Amino acid sequence: MKERIVLDLAELPLHGMKSASITWWGTLSFMLIEGTGFALVLAIYFYLASLAPEWPIGAPPPELTPGTIVTAILLASVAPNYLVLRWAERGQLNRVRAGLIAMVLVGGALLVFRWYEFPALHIRWDSNAYGSITWTLLGLHATHLITDLIDTIVLAVLMFTGHGGNKRRLGDVQDNALYWYFVVLTWLPIYAVLYWGPRL
Amino acid sequence: MISTIVATFARRPLFGYLPLVLALIGTGILAFGLWVHHMFVTGLPRLGESFFTASSMAISVPSGIQIFCWLATLWNGRPVLGVPLLFVLAFFVTFVIGGLTGVMVASVPFDTQVHDTYFVVAHFHYVLIGGAVFPLMGAVYYWFPKFTGRMMSERCGRWVVALVFVGFNLAFFPMHLLGLAGMPRRVYTYQPEMGWGGTNLFVSLSALVLATGFLLFFVDALRSARGGPPAGDNPWGAPTLEWATSSPPPPHNFTHIPVVASANPLWQEPDLLPVAAGLRVERRELLITSVAEARPEVRETSPRNTIWPFLAAVATAVLLIWSIFSPWAVVWGSIPLGVTLVGWFWPKGTPEDDA
Repeated sequence: MKERIVLDLAELPLHGMKSASITWWGTLSFMLIEGTGFALVLAIYFYLASLAPEWPIGAPPPELTPGTIVTAILLASVAPNYLVLRWAERGQLNRVRAGLIAMVLVGGALLVFRWYEFPALHIRWDSNAYGSITWTLLGLHATHLITDLIDTIVLAVLMFTGHGGNKRRLGDVQDNALYWYFVVLTWLPIYAVLYWGPRL
Repeated sequence: MISTIVATFARRPLFGYLPLVLALIGTGILAFGLWVHHMFVTGLPRLGESFFTASSMAISVPSGIQIFCWLATLWNGRPVLGVPLLFVLAFFVTFVIGGLTGVMVASVPFDTQVHDTYFVVAHFHYVLIGGAVFPLMGAVYYWFPKFTGRMMSERCGRWVVALVFVGFNLAFFPMHLLGLAGMPRRVYTYQPEMGWGGTNLFVSLSALVLATGFLLFFVDALRSARGGPPAGDNPWGAPTLEWATSSPPPPHNFTHIPVVASANPLWQEPDLLPVAAGLRVERRELLITSVAEARPEVRETSPRNTIWPFLAAVATAVLLIWSIFSPWAVVWGSIPLGVTLVGWFWPKGTPEDDA
């Protein structure tokens, strides 16, 4: 069939933000998948609690200190995360570098306190159903902390190489910051259920 | 699929496109709430059963909307009775009968009566063969020219429709009667005094007619694939984009991306394809558009050939298989996986990295 050119795409930009970027859609879809996973594990927690004659089974409620510190750090990390996002949007490379290093330190500190959260549950994962589901919840969120820390380290290193100023890579930094909001937000219901549920 | 075939052969755009799409979505949603109608006699709570009864009966509403929209399209058009459309007509008749018995078996008392009898066998074959296999055979006749470049035989096709449609109904309609007479499913023999023998023999013989139709279908497909007459780009005068490219299409489908202004672009300008130009060739580019209006926004890149996704797949496979034998596989296996993912992500300095 004969073709007639009615549209010239040559002037379009090489990279877009938000809904014009496929990695943004990928990040969003990933949040949907992971969010469903968290919701399912929380549902299992309530299901087991509804079946058990006592809850928690054979353990005192978890100690509050390490989990509360983690929650406080996560909430506080929203501020530098927001700044990294804005700086990446504006292409301010030096500030992005500093912000990413700060976020790496935040992620490292979180893992240290997360490490102490497991013994604070006062139960092993293989003791009973309560132990299994609390370790699963905590471990699932810890996996997100670890993977996001690795992502942030890779991006921080990348920003110091020749690829740093590239808009596409700054877009990756923005997607990573967007994902951090998700990691913070999903923790809040888990914290409430894990630490305050058994105290009700 | 049916909407595409009906519009092409009615020579007019679909009647009621919006209600059709909404009905399709409605069918999909209601379908989540009807699977328990397969297990009405397992002793489930009454309340649960009535919910699934309601859903199973309600699904006839969106299905009816679809059928009526297709009928209205044909009514207001100038239908050409090609083989694909004949299959769609066979689908209408068969699927509607299956739907009628579907409303019947959606009711728990009736379902309890005919459960595990040939009535159920008849019902779901009317739904499945009528609803899925007939349209699928029509679709093969419709798109065969596009993916082989050759036409299937119209004469042979009419025989296939006739044999399959008549054979199917002769084989499966009497099963309703057998089921009501109490003949159970999944028995290989029964006492002669049950009185099912004559009808059952008729069913078996009719199944041979149905099988002959299928045999003819496969013979026609094989013969046409080798020696059918050349199809050309658009043998049916169809309105949709796949008919604007050659038959069979080149691997990239279109040299330039078509610009579309309506649901039936080829009926607007039959001989001239409006296209977009300007994507670069030394860089792997594709187009990102806005979600609802499809306005072009960005020339996005797609990656060059790379070994990293394969390595990541190998690392994932090792991790998962190893984890069957030891939980530590998740810890140690994630290290090579992380390395391959970072290697996959790391910019390669190709033109595709430009932004």
